[in-house]
Amino acid sequence: MRVGLFVTCLVDLMRPGIGFAALELLEHAGCEVVVPATQTCCGQPGYNSGERDSAHALALKVLEEFERCDYVVAPSGSCAGMIRTHYPDLFRGEPVLLARIERLCAKTYELSDFLARVARIETVPGTYAGTVTYHDSCSGLRELGVKSQPRELLAKVPGLVLKEMRANETCCGFGGTFAVKMGDISSRMADDKCANIDASGADAVVLGDLGCMLNIEGRLRKRGNTRTRVLHVAEVLAGKVEA
Amino acid sequence: MQVHSIHFKSRARAAIADAGLQRGLAKVDGFAARRAVVVREFGDFETLRAEGAAVRDRSLANLDAWLERFEAEAARRGAAVLYAETGDEVAQLVIDICARHALKKAIKSKSMLSEEAQLNAALAAACVQPVETDLGEYVCQLAEEPPSHIIAPIIHKTKEDVAALFERKHARPRLAEAEALTREAREVLREHFLSADCGISGGNFLIAETGSVALVTNEGNGRMVTTMPRVHIAITGIEKVVPTLEDLCTLMRLLPRSATGQTISNYVSVLTGPRGAADLDGPEHMYVILVDNGRTGLVGSDMQEMLRCIRCGACMNHCPVYQTIGGHAYGWVYPGPMGAVLTPMLTGLENAIDLPQASTFCGACAEVCPVKIALPDLLRKLRERQVERALRPGYEMIALRAWAWLAQRPKLYAAASAFGVRALRAIGNAEGMIGAIPFGSGWTRGRYLPAPKSGRTFRALYARRKKPLGGARG
Repeated sequence: MRVGLFVTCLVDLMRPGIGFAALELLEHAGCEVVVPATQTCCGQPGYNSGERDSAHALALKVLEEFERCDYVVAPSGSCAGMIRTHYPDLFRGEPVLLARIERLCAKTYELSDFLARVARIETVPGTYAGTVTYHDSCSGLRELGVKSQPRELLAKVPGLVLKEMRANETCCGFGGTFAVKMGDISSRMADDKCANIDASGADAVVLGDLGCMLNIEGRLRKRGNTRTRVLHVAEVLAGKVEA
Repeated sequence: MQVHSIHFKSRARAAIADAGLQRGLAKVDGFAARRAVVVREFGDFETLRAEGAAVRDRSLANLDAWLERFEAEAARRGAAVLYAETGDEVAQLVIDICARHALKKAIKSKSMLSEEAQLNAALAAACVQPVETDLGEYVCQLAEEPPSHIIAPIIHKTKEDVAALFERKHARPRLAEAEALTREAREVLREHFLSADCGISGGNFLIAETGSVALVTNEGNGRMVTTMPRVHIAITGIEKVVPTLEDLCTLMRLLPRSATGQTISNYVSVLTGPRGAADLDGPEHMYVILVDNGRTGLVGSDMQEMLRCIRCGACMNHCPVYQTIGGHAYGWVYPGPMGAVLTPMLTGLENAIDLPQASTFCGACAEVCPVKIALPDLLRKLRERQVERALRPGYEMIALRAWAWLAQRPKLYAAASAFGVRALRAIGNAEGMIGAIPFGSGWTRGRYLPAPKSGRTFRALYARRKKPLGGARG
C-alpha cells in the first residue's frame, strides 16, 4: 500500500528525527512511503483562530498533495485530527470538493493508530531499557480514539516498562496558539502535568504530538528537571532515541 | 451581575497566584471522580446523552409553542406567567410583585438568573431584604462575592475562610468543623425562613404539559422557599421548557449524575400552581418569570445548541482551564466552557474578547456534556466572529495570515524555514533551551522553548538522503 507521510510543520522544523522514525516504521510495516515535497501545514493554526480562509486554502493544498495515496499518516494526533474531523467543516457548501475531502478523511490516520489498526504490525524495530509513562494528547485521544494503540505498540518494545501517571488524559496546556495567548494559564497547566510525570518516577514521558512535547519539555526543564526525557512514540518504536 | 470578563487575563493571573483558591479548586476533581463512578454504574450513558440532547432539541425547535403551552397550563392552575426581556426587567417585575403584596423579606433558593439580573441589589434598594438560603449562596452573600461555580458557589473558599466569615458576620465564637458551621448557618437562617413573606427560586425545568416548575436541590431550602412564604416567585430562562414529564425524567437521569455524581439529588420538587383548596401547604400566589436576556438571539442561529444546556457544571468540573483559574476570572455569572460561550453571546462579544480564547480545545467538556453540546466547536465559531468583527489584536491576524501565505508557497516556505531553524537553534542555550523569543513571551515566561535539535529541516535532510534499498519514495 502506498502511504503518504504527512510530516507536519512542527516535526519538519523542530524535530526532523521524528519524521525519519515515522518513515522507518511505515517501511518496517511494509508500506511504500511517499513524502510529497511541497507539503507544509495542515491549516490548524488558522482554523482554530477563527481564520477559516487560510485553513481552507491549506486544506485544499493537502488534498491535492495526498489524495492519490491509499493512506495518509501523520506522526501527530492533532494534525491527523484536523484533517479527519475538521476538514469537512471547511467545505460544507462545496459538494464536489467535500466528496473528495471525505475520501481523504477516511484514509487519514495518526501514526500509532495506523500501525496498530491498519498495518497491524507484529514487531517493532526499537528497544528501550527503562520505564516510560504515556501522555494522551487531547486531539488524538478525543478526536481519533487513540488510547490503546500506542500502548499496544510500546508493549512490543523489548525492555520497555510502561508506568501510567495520574491524570494521563488531562490536557498539558499546549492548545496551539493558546500556549502564547494564555501563557500564564498554559504554563500552570503544564506544571500540573510535569508534577504528575515526576510523581510517576518514569525515566521518560512518551507521547504522540510534538506541540505537547515542546510544552512539557520546556516546562520540565524550567522546573529544573533535567533527568526525564520527552520522547515521541515514533522515536521509541523505531529505536531512534538519541543519547 | 456586572460583566468583568474584559479583565479575564489579569484575573486569571491573580487566581493562579491565590494559594487559598488553588486549595479550594482541588475539590473540583471530586465531582469528576464521582461522576465517573455513577456513569459507569448506569451502563449505556451514551444513549442517554443522545436522548437528553434530543429532548432539548425538541423543545428548542418549537420554543414559542411550548412556552405558550406552559403559560396556558400554569395559568389554568392559578400561577401567573410573566416575561422579562432583560435583567433589569426581572428586577422590576419582582419589585412590583413585592409592592403589590406588601412583601418585606425575600428568602431565596439558588438562582443563577437572579445573578444575571443583579436581583439582590435591586431588592435591597427597594427595601425588600433578600436572604440567600442555599448554604453556598448564603456564604457568598455574607462575603459580598459572586458565586464561582454554578452548582458549588463557594468552591473557591476553604473551610477556614467560612469559619472566619461566620465569626465576623454572626458575631459568634469561631467554629472549626464544617458540620458545626452548617448548624450555625441553619440556626441563623431558620428565623428568616419563619419571618419571610416572599420566596424566590430558580427553576431547573419548566414542564409545558402541566405548567409546572421543576426544582432540583440538595439542601431542602428550596422546599421551604417555595412553600412557606405567602408568595413564591420562580425565575428562569425561556429555554428551560420541556414538553412533558417524561422528558423531565430523561433529563433527571442525566442532571444529578453529571453535576455531582449523584444518582438523584436529595430533593426534586415539581411545583404546579399555588396552594389549592385541598393542599396543606404552599404559597397563596405563584409567579413564574421567564427571562430572555439575550437568549432569543441564539434561537435559530448556528449557536442554538448552547440553549440545550441544563446547567449541570460538568463542563467546568472537567475543564483544565477552569481547574487552574476558578470561576471568578471569567468575570460574569457563568464560568468554565459553558460560560465562555454564554457570556459573549448574552453580554456581547466585545465585552468578553478573551473568553472564546480561554480553551485549549482539549475536548474534555464536550465528552461529558449530558446534552452533547459541542462546546469547542461553539468557541471556535465565536473566534471566527471575532476575526470577522476585527476583535482580535492586529499583530495576531498579521502573524496568522503571514504563516498561511507562506505555507501556500512551498519554495519560499522551504527557504524561510531553513533560515528560521538555524536562527532558533543558534539562540538556544547549551542544553538546547530558548529562554526568550520575540513575540513569544507568553510562552517563555513560564517555560523554555526547546530549540530545534537539528540545524536542518526534515525536508532538507530528506532531499539529501540517499535512497536505501527497499522502500521507494516520491
